[in-house]
Amino acid sequence: MTEANTQASNETRELISFRVGEQEYCVDIMAVREIRGWSPATTLPQSPVYMRGVINLRGAVLPIMDLAARIGMQTTEPNVRSVFIVVQADSRTVGLLVDAVSDILSITDDMCQPTPDIACENVRHFVKGIISIEGRMISEISLDRLLPEREALAA
Amino acid sequence: MDELEAIKVTFFQECEELLADLEGGLLAMQDGNDDGDTVNAVFRAVHSIKGGAGAFGLEPLVRFAHVFETLLDALRSNEIPGTPDLTALLLRASDVLADHVSAARGLGVVDMDASAAMAAELKIATDPNAAPAPAAAAPAEEAAAPAPAYVDAAAPIVIGAPQSDIGDGLDDDDLGFDFQPMTITLDAQAADAAVLDGNVWTVSIRPKSDLYRKANETALLLRELSRLGPIQAALDDSAMPALEFLDPEAAYVTWSVRVETDQGEEAIREVFEFVDGDCDLEIVRGEAPVADVLATLLDVAAPAPEPVLEAAPLEIVAEAPVAEIVVEAPVEAPAPVVEAAAPAPAPVSAPAPATPPVAANAPAAAAKPAQIDVPGPGQSVIRVDPERIDRLIDLVGELVINQAMLAQRVGEYGIAPSSNLAMGLDELEQLTREIQDSVMAIRAQPVKSVFQRMPRLVREVANMTGKQARLVMDGENTEVDKTVIERLADPITHMLRNAIDHGLESPEERKAAGKNPEGVVRLAALHRSGRIVIEVQDDGKGINRERVHSIAVKKGLISPDLQLTDEEIDNLIFLPGFSTADKISDVSGRGVGMDVVKRSVQALGGRISIASRPGQGSTFTLSLPLTLAVLDGMVVDVAGETLVIPLACIVESLRPKAEEIRPLGPVGSVLAVRDSFVPLIDVGLTLNYREHSPAATEGVVLLVEGEDGSRAALVADAIHGQRQVVIKSLEQNYQQVEGVAAATILGDGRVALILDVDAVINLRRREPPRPADPTLIAAE
Repeated sequence: MTEANTQASNETRELISFRVGEQEYCVDIMAVREIRGWSPATTLPQSPVYMRGVINLRGAVLPIMDLAARIGMQTTEPNVRSVFIVVQADSRTVGLLVDAVSDILSITDDMCQPTPDIACENVRHFVKGIISIEGRMISEISLDRLLPEREALAA
Repeated sequence: MDELEAIKVTFFQECEELLADLEGGLLAMQDGNDDGDTVNAVFRAVHSIKGGAGAFGLEPLVRFAHVFETLLDALRSNEIPGTPDLTALLLRASDVLADHVSAARGLGVVDMDASAAMAAELKIATDPNAAPAPAAAAPAEEAAAPAPAYVDAAAPIVIGAPQSDIGDGLDDDDLGFDFQPMTITLDAQAADAAVLDGNVWTVSIRPKSDLYRKANETALLLRELSRLGPIQAALDDSAMPALEFLDPEAAYVTWSVRVETDQGEEAIREVFEFVDGDCDLEIVRGEAPVADVLATLLDVAAPAPEPVLEAAPLEIVAEAPVAEIVVEAPVEAPAPVVEAAAPAPAPVSAPAPATPPVAANAPAAAAKPAQIDVPGPGQSVIRVDPERIDRLIDLVGELVINQAMLAQRVGEYGIAPSSNLAMGLDELEQLTREIQDSVMAIRAQPVKSVFQRMPRLVREVANMTGKQARLVMDGENTEVDKTVIERLADPITHMLRNAIDHGLESPEERKAAGKNPEGVVRLAALHRSGRIVIEVQDDGKGINRERVHSIAVKKGLISPDLQLTDEEIDNLIFLPGFSTADKISDVSGRGVGMDVVKRSVQALGGRISIASRPGQGSTFTLSLPLTLAVLDGMVVDVAGETLVIPLACIVESLRPKAEEIRPLGPVGSVLAVRDSFVPLIDVGLTLNYREHSPAATEGVVLLVEGEDGSRAALVADAIHGQRQVVIKSLEQNYQQVEGVAAATILGDGRVALILDVDAVINLRRREPPRPADPTLIAAE
């Protein structure tokens, strides 16, 4: 994507990578507030399947989003090893339910490739770019697109 | 920012209150409550604005306020009669004054032509004969000449700015002149001429340190004095001690100023009104040798140690029963300061007889604190940074959650309700609740502050649209949380504009329809079932449904063959991009009308509805939560989820018997409650928590009442009890969820959703879904 290309290519960024099903994804470490073990969420009515519900994060109501379902894959069945990553996406804080956190990557932008032009619209929408490291393929998530647009749903 | 800027902020806050008092008073006069107190209160408001503005060098504001004040002064001393026309003029003048205040604040600009025209009108009203340069109007004209005119070159005398820590903080840009030594010129010829006329005064000013401590400034006083006429000032610093003995906070200097003015002693005293008591002032007619004046002054002042004199009158006044007098007396009563040097008891009794009009009205106004319509002098008020209160409210919110958590834990241990521990917890709960109520009460304010802006709006909109409108307001003292009040202004403004622009007919049309040519717009606030309801009602033509429908079709907002009920058609005006005005007017009709109102109301957790009857007018009803922070709720279980239902909506809860449940139609059923039948709604089903509802007899039924008075019976699985919950926003991190008003955190630390009862009733009503829902089409 253009965002990735416009940045200076030799600048190092750190990313947190995690597993969703059999695939690996990552987000910018600067957007991550904390990583917490799974706790049951309060279901929200009339909400899309990828919304697992809301939990209490030190007095704030935090929505939990099933990342796999959001990208269009099977919904995640949370188990004891499931975690959610608390991320800041523009003014909102959201928890992303993932299967496991793998590691912290240090990358430069020239390691980042544009998303291959595959048919799946969800992938094109949510994946910012693809990082190839040690033979693994890790997709970087575009956080600001994860939450539904506020205006569209307020009407 | 520096200190002065902070003081200025306070000044503008006060201005707002004063302007509100002013308008309130004028409206009371318009309604025929023209007693002396009201006129005096109105006068005081303008006077105080003028005084403050003078201190900040806000020239245009001072000039206009002065003309305004002169007229009010004539009115209160019965020199001119109060007539409805005059009151109308005063009301318009108050609008211009408000514009001046806003402009001085850097918000908007003043139409100077309109201001000048208004000033001229006021002058004519003050003196109908419009005699050449009436004495009262003169100072305003003189003030119009820029002050620097006196700061020329000829024979400059340098006045050193006195040492004052406040001076350091002054910002040149804000005052428009420098606090470095300033030069004041003398016009020798004019001075001579004035001597011949006997218009020369000698004023000695010996500031006390308190004067500087109260952020006054002699340079400002001198400049103010220079407005009365050319001045010549001399500084006597003989009392200045050697540097090592100098107290940097003390005042040592004395000015002796020769003023030429035809305005008399009263005008000169008025300049020093705000430093009354904080400086020794002597005003002598004619040319007094400076040295003599100084000698007398020093003689008088020396034997009596200042602090004692200062303290004595203050203390005595403070013991007076009505606190307001303390505020009023020193400011209003131009008591000769020289008297302050006399034995202590004198100043206490002196101001009253010396200034009959003021002294008389101050206690009178103070005696009626209960009558809120009379704009009383500043009641004792503490200004607190809202952030501190918000912090307190947050903390109390956490306390409530914690208390609930504790109670739940204790309950889990199975401790007997009669035990000391359980009783202690009960007390804690009660205390917590009281603290919470008190904290919330700090933020609760009457909606008056918003309502007060509306009369002006109605006047202006009516003028602009050529309609005659009278605003009737009700329930201005209804209290609601400050955060809600702040966000009420825009929707109300919009609804009122709409009511006049679109609702009311022109006077001719009204006459033809057999109505009073003057339309009535009613703005009311009231508490209803734990919410605040704002109603905007007009007696105009009502919504033209045919036209609304055709416009909605034309704009592609709905499909043409859609059959809608009257109510649904009325609600079309809330669709984005809908505007019924034939042409775009200045007032409304930019197509960003009611949908914006609806959205801002929804953002507050409120609802808006319309009731319209052709030929009789429309009523917009806005219902909002009283506070955005806490709620009394019933905790219930539905399909394994815990929900909170606002207590305010619940009429009663019951366990239904099988014979009370009657099926109606293919899927619906109703509950017989005494003689009426209400629809049964399974909350779990409505919120999609489950596919099939269990038999209602196995659950609990909560009889609820919606905003519009419609009733429904909500079926839940079990009731946990009643609890006060802290409202947490879902929108902050997510978005609004249909059927859910907000979220809260329960004692066990889990999030529970607060049910939006109206939305649940409406969700249910929509099932089975109609072929096309107008709001859905609009959203696309």
